[in-house]
Order: sequence, then structure tokens, then C-alpha cells
Amino acid sequence: MRPSFDEMNASRTTVREHYRTYERWLARQPAELMSARREEAEVIFRRVGITFAVYGDKDAGEGTERLIPFDLIPRVIPAHEWRDMERGLRQRVMALNRFIHDVYHGQEIIKAGIVPAEQVLRNAQFRPEMINVDVPGGVYSLIAGIDIVRAANADGSGTYYVLEDNLRVPSGVSYMLENRKMMMRLFPDLFSEHRVAPVEHYPDLLLDTLRSVAPGSVNEPTVVVLTPGMHNSAYFEHAFLAQQMGVELVEGQDLFVRDNFVYMRTTRGAKRVDVIYRRVDDDFLDPLVFRPNSTLGCAGLLSVYRSGNVALANAIGTGVADDKSIYPYVPKMIEFYLGEKPVLQNVPTHLCRVDEDLKYVLDHLDELVVKEVHGAGGYGMLVGPAASKDEIARFRSQLIANPTNYIAQPTLALSTCPTFVEAGIAPRHIDLRPFVLSGKTVQMVPGGLTRVALKAGSLVVNSSQGGGTKDTWVLED
Amino acid sequence: MMLSRTADHLFWMARYMERAENTARMLDVNYQTSLLPQSAEAAEQGWRGLLSISELRFDYAKRYGAIDPRAVLDYMVRDERNPSSIASCLRAARENARAVRGTLTTEVWETTNQTWLEFSRVSSSSTLRRDPSAVFEWVKFRSHLSRGVSVGTMLQDEAFHFVRIGSFLERADNTARLLDVKFHSADGEYHGALQRRDSLEQDFYHWSSILRTVSAFEVYRKVYRNVIQPEKVAELLMLRPDMPRSLAACVNEVLLNLRMVANEQSGDTLRRAGRLQSELQYGRIDEILATGLHAYLTQFLDRIGDLGAGISRDFLVAVH
Repeated sequence: MRPSFDEMNASRTTVREHYRTYERWLARQPAELMSARREEAEVIFRRVGITFAVYGDKDAGEGTERLIPFDLIPRVIPAHEWRDMERGLRQRVMALNRFIHDVYHGQEIIKAGIVPAEQVLRNAQFRPEMINVDVPGGVYSLIAGIDIVRAANADGSGTYYVLEDNLRVPSGVSYMLENRKMMMRLFPDLFSEHRVAPVEHYPDLLLDTLRSVAPGSVNEPTVVVLTPGMHNSAYFEHAFLAQQMGVELVEGQDLFVRDNFVYMRTTRGAKRVDVIYRRVDDDFLDPLVFRPNSTLGCAGLLSVYRSGNVALANAIGTGVADDKSIYPYVPKMIEFYLGEKPVLQNVPTHLCRVDEDLKYVLDHLDELVVKEVHGAGGYGMLVGPAASKDEIARFRSQLIANPTNYIAQPTLALSTCPTFVEAGIAPRHIDLRPFVLSGKTVQMVPGGLTRVALKAGSLVVNSSQGGGTKDTWVLED
Repeated sequence: MMLSRTADHLFWMARYMERAENTARMLDVNYQTSLLPQSAEAAEQGWRGLLSISELRFDYAKRYGAIDPRAVLDYMVRDERNPSSIASCLRAARENARAVRGTLTTEVWETTNQTWLEFSRVSSSSTLRRDPSAVFEWVKFRSHLSRGVSVGTMLQDEAFHFVRIGSFLERADNTARLLDVKFHSADGEYHGALQRRDSLEQDFYHWSSILRTVSAFEVYRKVYRNVIQPEKVAELLMLRPDMPRSLAACVNEVLLNLRMVANEQSGDTLRRAGRLQSELQYGRIDEILATGLHAYLTQFLDRIGDLGAGISRDFLVAVH
């Protein structure tokens, strides 16, 4: 039998210590009450408009805005586990930021022979425009989302692994905040019985981080959030964060460059902008440098940025470090830049561009998870054990045609958490995305966003693929 | 100080909500009137007039052909191919609100969003057939709620003023159109006392329906303590500054809020709004009727359109 690890139940009869109070509470709740609360949550999410758009959905009507299913059973993390995880996250993000800085400056890590030059320099996410550009504090990824899973070991214990680093424009933090708000509204009594570490100050930490990178000469920096617009899948989050921080939510058309500064158009004329929290990908930021047909960015932005007259969060070119082909080198980066042993583990990874790895992968396709190096959102991946013969055959030919485009990892037995489904309460696989903020200091709120794969047995937690979310509790001692 | 684009969305959010309400008002009165005993011709005339108010006669004819009360209701309430239908207006109000939801208070956003979410259920074809007035009532109350929530929760900053300008500019336009069509239908070009009096009774229903459209029937009685006379109806709905849907009241509000947001380039728009306001303030109904009501209202609508364009140019469109 495959090993499994459930966050709540250590075995059929034993509940893990940090879930005991909750489990007793849950046992007291009548089923009707829980389903009434579920409906209530859905009505509120709709009214508040906490929705996301689904790409590739041609239906222009109501259907393009979906709710992300919200599960009532929280994911609980005991204090000591969070302490280790937080230490590991800090360490990892610091090393990644050092790496990005290095890549665009002395390239010491390449010279030291730790990361192969072609992995960096021929990476599509490497931005030569950023070479020798100094960004404030040397911090590139101010907002990082690190995806973590817990996998079952053969002896029944579990180990946390970092599955992926998201250093460009990670999203989901608004759901973390809204889920907590919802839980406190639906079950206030639960919070009096547990010491749940608060997360509501995240927007404050974010604003603090953004202000800390403003160009030096500015006293009261003007911070804005740049969104691609209301049709973007994460628009709710962009609007939410701007509102929570009390800053303007701008689109590319609201910005313009004059005399090497960025301005926004207001009812009182032009107003200078100092820090842009951009939720627009690099490629669309400046039509003069990147995609010429992009209307989502602002012409001339890069030149202002390079002169240090505006700060961007995140910096341009961070993608070079969160690419799946760079991922295997992160533990070595931590040792190289910080002289420390990594606290958080990587999932063992096969690079298909290496001949012997490719051979192994092709021989074990039915056991492995194969991912596109640049893929995101659960698109373009093969989950071997869950795939049909046809799917595997099709994937095999794609893989042979372009091996450098893929990596493979063992299929981890992702931990499960009890979840409300049609048939009642059942275990479903989950992951965790903590958000790490790096400005003058590294800050984070306890926990993160827990995503849950609602289909039985499914390992894909992405909201675009039918995943849901849970509130995440870090219990204080 | 706020983003021009944000001001634009707020302005249009308010306009569309106001337009939905006014459309509901006009449809309701027309529907109520159609229940009175009358000739088929008169009934058809009423529905045709309604389409004319929104300049939709040709579009309707293209899609549905002959005038049929049920089809007109469907077209004006639920048909999203009609950009002026209540459904289209509520969607547009909601889309504009969504684009700037961060600028709105939670209550304003949720009210607008909920109105849109519930509308398709409230206006189902069976309800619309069985009890159209219930649908119109609902739309009116949702609009009251939106307005109340804006006034009751929004900081009185620029955002608020642009919302108010949008509401009252739209209302001025709608009241003027209503008057124009209703007076026109009564008597070609209206110059005052009716030359052709079919019956006092028919007159009463005609003029009182206009009053009811803008919730002014009781107000009329209170102000004039007299039988319903067209001249007084026109005076009440055009020149009385204390009548909340009159042209004078609307232009007063537009001017007031425009002053609050004035910037370097808005001087001329403000001047034109001020001139319009003083003409209404010092105008007399007998003079207006002597020059012809239709001519006056056509000119008024042009000037309202002009003010909208000026506001757009001065505040809402990009400055380089």
C-alpha cells in the first residue's frame, strides 16, 4: 500500500494533537448546520464578488467569473512546525534574491561552477536589460509565494518539501485573508477555543515593504498597484490589495512617462508615481523594450526604472530564478550564498535535458510527474500514475521532441486533510503557499494559502483545474 | 485627486443605475396606463412613445416588428441586445463598479453587485408576465438603495462628487426626454393651453401619468392644490428647484458638485453649467411655452449632452 499522511488523523482512531480541540468541536456540529454554513459562505463570496476568471472560457456571460470553492475545515499547523518552516522560507528567499542579484552582476555562482551558464544565460526568463542594473536594497522578489507540500514517508511520518518557488507575480494572498474573515464570521466560537495566529496585518506588511524600496529622494512615496484590468483572472486580488493598502489601482493606460519619471493621469493633472506593485508580467511592462503590441504596460517604464526613478515590485527578470530548471540548484545556492544548510527540502528532480535523466524518465513515465519548465497553473503536466496509456504515449512524443522543456519528479504522496465533499467528509490532497515579503527586512504572516484538490485522489490543487481553498491556522503555543 | 479613469467609471456607474431606474419608472407608468380602458390605437401610441424616449423605435422594429406590449416589456427589461434595457444598464453599472471596486465602500460595491446578481431571478419572464410592476418596483428600490448607500457611506471626496454628477446629469436627461415625448404625443408642438380637448378625463390620465412616472403626483397636489393642468405639470417638472426630479433640481446638483471638483481646465464647463442653472432658476413657464416646449427641451438635451462631453474632456479623459 502507498504511504499516506493525513493532517488531522494519525490513524483511523487517533487524531493528531493539534487537531483534537477542533475534532471534538466538529463532532458536536449537526450536519445541517455545516451545510447551512457552506451555503452562507457561497452567498457571501458571490455578493462580495470574490471571483476569478477562467482562461480559455469563451462564454462572455456570468460564467467567466467563478467562485473558488471554499472548504469549511481548516488546515491546522502546530507552532513548532511553522517555526521551522518560517526559518526555511526566510533562508530560501534570501538566497534566491542573492542569486538573482548575482546573475545580473558578477555571476559568481556560474564562475564557481555550481549552476551551468547555459541554464541561466539561455533561459528565456533571463533579461539582459537588467545586467548591472542596481535595484533598491538588492532585493528582486519582494513578494514571493513558495509552494510547499507535505509528503508521506514509508514509516507513516510526513516531510515538508518545497515544490515550487513563485518569484514573479504570485497570487492567492487575498483568498488567504478572505478565508480567515469568512471562518471568523461563520464560526466565531472556534476562535475562542483556539489560539489562531492572526494574518489580517498582511496588507500593512506589504505596504511597508513597498514603501521601503521607494527611490531615496522621496519622503512620502506614492505607491500604486498595476493591474492588467478587470478581465484578468486575479483582478479581485489586485483591487482588494489596493483598497486594503489605500493606494490607487492603475492600469497601463493610466500611466505615462515624462522627463524620465512615471506619472499617473488624475482629475487634477499628472501625479508622480514612486513604487509600482505590478501584477503584469515582464513581457507586457514596456512596449518599447518587450512586447511592442502590449497595452498593459507603460511605454518608457524600463528606462525610468533603470535610472532608479521608480521602483518595481517585483523587479524585472526574477523569472530566471523560479524556473523549474533552476529549481534543482536552490539547495546549493543556499549553501553558496549563505553558508548554511537548507532548512526546507527540495523534491528530488530529474532534468530531462540531461541524457541519463531523460532515459530514466522515459522508462518510468507511469510513476513520475512531468512538468513543463515554464508551465504554471497545472497546465501542460503529466501525472503518470493518474494518466491513461494514450496520454502517456502522447506525452512521451512531446518529451522526446523537446526534452529541455521538461523536468520530472517522483509522484509524492501529498498529505490529505479532511474536506467537505458531496458524500460528506473525506480526505483530499492539499498544498500550502506561504507569502514571503522582502524589503529592508524579511517579513511574513503565519501560514499562507492552503489549496485543496477537490476530486478524490487528484493531486492538482490549482483553482483553474477545480481546486478549492481552506483557511490555514498556525496555532500559537 | 483621483485617477481620471476611476472618475470615469464612477460617473458611468451612477448614470447607468439612474437610467435603469428611470426606464423602470417609464415602463411602470406605461403599463399602468395600458390597463385603463382605451382604444388599441391609444395603447399602441403609448408604447411607441416609450420607445421614442430612448430613441429605440427603429431598433425595436428591426428585432420584433409590430408593437406588442409583451415584446416591448421584454425588450426594455431583459433583452441585453438592447443597450438601454434595464438588464444592460444594471450590468453596465456593475461592470463600472467592479472596475473601481477599491474606490467604493464595501456597501456601495455589494449593493451594485447584488442588484445585478439578483436581477435575472427577479425579472424572470414569468414574473414579468404576471406582475411587471413588481419588477419595476424592485428596480426603483434597488436604485434608491444604491443612492442611499452612496450618500450614507462614501467619504464626500471627489469620488462622491463624480457619482452625484453622473446621477443628476442622467436624471436631467431622462426627465427632459419624458416631458418631450409626453407633451409631443398630446399635441404636436405644445404652446400652452390645449386647442383640442377630447375629454377632461383623458387629459387627467395623460398628465397624471407623467407625474406618477417621476413620483410627483402627490407633490403636485401639495404644491398647487389644484386640478392637473399641463402648464403646471411642466412648471413643476422643469422649474421647481425643490422637486427632486425636475430639470432645475438636477442642474443645481450638477453645478454644485462640479464646483467641488473644479480644476484648471474646467472653467468653461462650469460657466456653461452655471448659465443653464440660472436660466432655469429665473425662467418662467409661460415664456418657455410661448417659444415652444419641444424646441426648448431639444435645446436643453443638447446642452446636457454638451455638459457631459465637457466633463468628460476636463476630468475623465487622459491628459498628456
